[in-house]
Amino acid sequence: MTLNAYLILSTILFCIGLIGVIRRKNVLMLFFSTEIMLNAVNVGFAAISKFHGDLTGQMFAFFIIAVAASEVAIGLGLLILWYKRTGSINLDDIAGMKG
Amino acid sequence: MFEVIAFIIFSVLTISMFSITVLTNNALYALSSLAAGMIFISAFFFLLNADFLGAVQIVVYTGAIMALYAFGMMFFDSLSEVKEKIKNPRLVFLVSGMLAVIIVIVFLAPVIGQNIEANYPIHPEYGNTVDVGYVLFTKYLLAFELAAIMLLVAMIGGIVLAGKKMNESYSEMKEEEIDEKIRLDEASSKDVK
Repeated sequence: MTLNAYLILSTILFCIGLIGVIRRKNVLMLFFSTEIMLNAVNVGFAAISKFHGDLTGQMFAFFIIAVAASEVAIGLGLLILWYKRTGSINLDDIAGMKG
Repeated sequence: MFEVIAFIIFSVLTISMFSITVLTNNALYALSSLAAGMIFISAFFFLLNADFLGAVQIVVYTGAIMALYAFGMMFFDSLSEVKEKIKNPRLVFLVSGMLAVIIVIVFLAPVIGQNIEANYPIHPEYGNTVDVGYVLFTKYLLAFELAAIMLLVAMIGGIVLAGKKMNESYSEMKEEEIDEKIRLDEASSKDVK
């Protein structure tokens, strides 16, 4: 397979995640879409790492996985706190400022 | 030939799984299809000779992150539908415009990247895991330590945020005590409202 095939796959997955982030109003779904976008970028990094013969891409993918793990821990904690307080995980309820 | 077939099969599976995640209204379907998609993603890493990354993908994403979501969803009324009203047609233009920009960049990227030299070249004789270890613990040691501290901070933050008001354990109470407590909580929440 060529580099372009992997990059196009990565783009398609990233766009699926992007559509999810922009369209969904359920905050849990927003987190899922973020994970999809991070994974899509990881695929692109691994592909470039192979086709250029350079390990830096794989290193970046590892650090992205670490960032994703900590993002989930903090984000889910905040979301649980918000749900206990208001009983809703709708994004429109979180937006407090009108604009 | 084998690689092409595997690539096509796994890309179709991954795209369909992630589409289900984004488009479904049921949080449990979304969670399980996301976990399946993560495992299919690791197949690309194995195809790209990044064995260690593929193993980490399975262990961390499907083992840790998905389990965290599954436990976190116990706190939510996850089967209740969230009413989603979309009132902004500009979003459609925004999404399609960004999609077009990304595709242009993707087609240009290999052309621009042709004169890049490898800073840390891959040694096929070491094997992927050993190679990753050499680069990670020499050139990226500082970033590795910072990532470790970041994960520790995230862990403590998660415990502090999610663990509030958890000092009363239902498993140590009797049935009558639990009923009494739930009635008291409901009465007090009505007073607040």
